[in-house]
Amino acid sequence: MSYNQDMIEKYRGNFLKEVTDNVEEGDWVKMCMQCGVCSGSCPLGPHWEHPPQEIFMMIRANKREEVLESTSMWMCTSCYNCIARCPRGLPITHIMHGLATYSQRLGLAPQNQPTQKFANLFWKNLVKKGRVNELKLGLSLYFMNGFGEGIKTSLKMKDIGLNMLKTKRMSPMEYFGGHGCKDIKGLHAILKKAEELENARIGKSGS
Amino acid sequence: MSEVIATNQTILVVGGGISGMTAALEAAECGKQVILVEKNPSIGGRVSQLYKYFPKLCHPKCGLEINLRRIKANRNLRVMTLTEVSGISGESGNYSVTLKTRPRYVNENCTACGACAEAVESEFDDEYNYGLSKRKGAYRPFNQSYPERFVLDPAIIGTADADKAKAACKYDAVDLEMGDSESTITVGAIIWATGWKPYDAGKIQPYGYDRYQNVVTSVEFERMLDPHGPTGGKILRPSDGKEAKDVAFIQCAGSRDLNHLKHCSRICCMASLKQSTYLREQYGDDAKGTIYYIDIRAIDRIDDFHQMVKDDPNITFTKSKVASITEDKATGNPVLHGVDTEGYHRYSNPHELVVLAIGMEPSVPANGFPMPVVLNEEGFVEQDEANGAFFAAGCSSDALDVNRAVQSATASALRAIQVINKVAGAEG
Repeated sequence: MSYNQDMIEKYRGNFLKEVTDNVEEGDWVKMCMQCGVCSGSCPLGPHWEHPPQEIFMMIRANKREEVLESTSMWMCTSCYNCIARCPRGLPITHIMHGLATYSQRLGLAPQNQPTQKFANLFWKNLVKKGRVNELKLGLSLYFMNGFGEGIKTSLKMKDIGLNMLKTKRMSPMEYFGGHGCKDIKGLHAILKKAEELENARIGKSGS
Repeated sequence: MSEVIATNQTILVVGGGISGMTAALEAAECGKQVILVEKNPSIGGRVSQLYKYFPKLCHPKCGLEINLRRIKANRNLRVMTLTEVSGISGESGNYSVTLKTRPRYVNENCTACGACAEAVESEFDDEYNYGLSKRKGAYRPFNQSYPERFVLDPAIIGTADADKAKAACKYDAVDLEMGDSESTITVGAIIWATGWKPYDAGKIQPYGYDRYQNVVTSVEFERMLDPHGPTGGKILRPSDGKEAKDVAFIQCAGSRDLNHLKHCSRICCMASLKQSTYLREQYGDDAKGTIYYIDIRAIDRIDDFHQMVKDDPNITFTKSKVASITEDKATGNPVLHGVDTEGYHRYSNPHELVVLAIGMEPSVPANGFPMPVVLNEEGFVEQDEANGAFFAAGCSSDALDVNRAVQSATASALRAIQVINKVAGAEG
């Protein structure tokens, strides 16, 4: 049975409890008084499918799939306007990140949401060598939505790229392997251990 | 000034607003000796600045008049204005209190004829109208002020204006030689009724009270309705003096907010509901009121009032705490932004005038209390045995409406009387 199924079984019909137990800062969700200041203060507000205030109400109303499969919490840019203004001190930014992480863990995150896609690209790039390979990350970002669009974006950015080469801010040699941290094996061991600990904590069998 | 006579059977009431007046009168009418001190030149307090009370919509002027008559008729009560308490020591039944009195520069000869005000040229922001208008350097605080005497602003002392005021007075009432005085009295019990102050609206940064002229507070709006007030009783926009027929009321402006006042100020819902009726009264069917709220807290019998306003087709309710206000430069209209909770619709609504239903902050002395007092986390005085015979009345004890403030004041008067009776009993 999948981890998602496990969680559905465990919290049958009590999504608020599921969020409280599993989402970072999730126990704050019950404190929301539905005033709407977070949604009104969000600079990306109009682009959210469900603004934070609505997400909190949906959690209480047991709309599990609608929340976890939503693109909304991936829209958060961590500007912290909502946290600064929330009259009840809810760490809304952190809750949004927590919800995104949880939906990713359950395998419910929307696969075509750009923030979600980029987060995965960034993570894969970073863990490979222990340092971000900016050339490869940039290219993978350009080609994220297909070859044609990748070429178009690359051409558009070519002047910036050439200037970066000239001023030695970027090396084309990075494409072949690139630099890494000193003890890459050690880093991988640390990450593996961290994953084990995390899985043990959340009760998920190794992946 | 004549000597203040007080003993440990005297009750000191600090603050001459509705709570202080009530507590002082209740105790004095029970035969106790009472001294009422007020830091302003007149008693009356913030209730005297209201146009109407809720829920009956009667004018506070009548109530004030009745209280003033009771005060004038009572021989047990002594009123000291321009006076503050600077120190308290001792214990229940025997306190030594230091009073500091600032000069009025006008003595008992004053007949309130107003000749001094006419002669004086300098003008200052009128505190009674929250700075919406100017008053002269020699002035009567407001029409019903008590004592019925003028007062000179200390800023004009030593200038030509002060001499003009003195020369204009036919009754030899202007006394420029008056100075600060201090006295120490003994009292048995203290009733603290220093009330509240409106929360500083400028601190609510997204609402732009400090940037947009057409964003006003509920207390300022109340002054606009006074026929003798800064706008002659008309609801006008501060920016261009045009009639404001489309008015938005923002609830919980400063209240129920960890960034501002944590507590619910309790009066603001009813205040805005009441003020929406002013709008209808003035502009009839042309009036359009919008109340932005988290939830309307009108309890028990005052919910009838809420239902009455709700039935008015010209007053709409939007369940949303407004997130921010911007200004439409062309019209001067404040534009309210937010998301409502009934359908999660994003709105950007322009209104001609915005009234912030401002929260109540306890009015604590600038240098702290003159004796150790147990306060709650919002800064209101707790009813605690450690406070001895120091009893809070009205808005010193909690955010209260007039009705409950008077109840609280009567209760504190009774507490003080019990202390005095005990002292009297012990002394035989």
